[in-house]
Amino acid sequence: MTPYWVTPLAGGVLIGLAATALLWLNGRIAGISGITAGALFPKRGETAWRYAFLLGLIAAGALALHWLPSAAPSRTGFAPVLLIAGGLLVGFGTRLGGGCTSGHGVCGLGRLSLRSLVAVGVFMVTAILTTFIVRHLAGIA
Amino acid sequence: MSRQILVALAAGALFGLGLAVSGMTDPLRILGFLDVTGAFDPSLLFVLGGAVATTALLFRFVLRAPRPPLADQFHLSDSQRIDTRLLGGAALFGIGWGLAGYCPGPALVGLGYGAHEVLWFVPAMLVGMAVHRGRERQAQRASST
Repeated sequence: MTPYWVTPLAGGVLIGLAATALLWLNGRIAGISGITAGALFPKRGETAWRYAFLLGLIAAGALALHWLPSAAPSRTGFAPVLLIAGGLLVGFGTRLGGGCTSGHGVCGLGRLSLRSLVAVGVFMVTAILTTFIVRHLAGIA
Repeated sequence: MSRQILVALAAGALFGLGLAVSGMTDPLRILGFLDVTGAFDPSLLFVLGGAVATTALLFRFVLRAPRPPLADQFHLSDSQRIDTRLLGGAALFGIGWGLAGYCPGPALVGLGYGAHEVLWFVPAMLVGMAVHRGRERQAQRASST
């Protein structure tokens, strides 16, 4: 049996290779929140590659989930109000802070950026505290 | 189609494949990592570890080139400023991530898969981005008058 950490590690390496290819050839940081915001609010000449990246991400990711159904979102009965609140905070927060798990995490840490290291530390701590409150104090699974 | 667009398409596809292989597309695995006092699932640590080890190793070689083969320059943020925007933005993002179990990449992949939860999450995320954009433009107008 394959140890449980093999597929997470392999997936992480694929993500790192994707980010490397985009920086090496196109000179762009693979930050999903920044690319999404750039596609949503277009600047002239800056949008086509963003749409292409997002198309590849969504299509290949969705296709891969059909082969790997165990990685698909499986939760049921989770309150839509929490999904909406989470979405609003993720959208606003990533733009205010200039990045998410990919931009600050995968790319920023790879560049040894102190700014990104601080951002990752802060969002990990608030995410862990929020999960604790939601799951253990409010009792929502 | 320009080569730059093809590279973006391929890099996006590889990124999406990586997210699915890593299992980070399931919010229960994200929350299993963030729930350090519950049934802790360390998967995310291996994903981030594998990704950052790869970028930390390869970015150094990539950035030695004077410019990328398909573009005029490397578009990198030179900011080293650690200010309230960075701290507040990261804090709010973390709260939203811990609340729902989705960050932007996995949520978009879920949208393509047809996962019903992200039909709530993704539009709200885009609204959150639009609210930030509106505030910035308002601040720009205020400072220019």
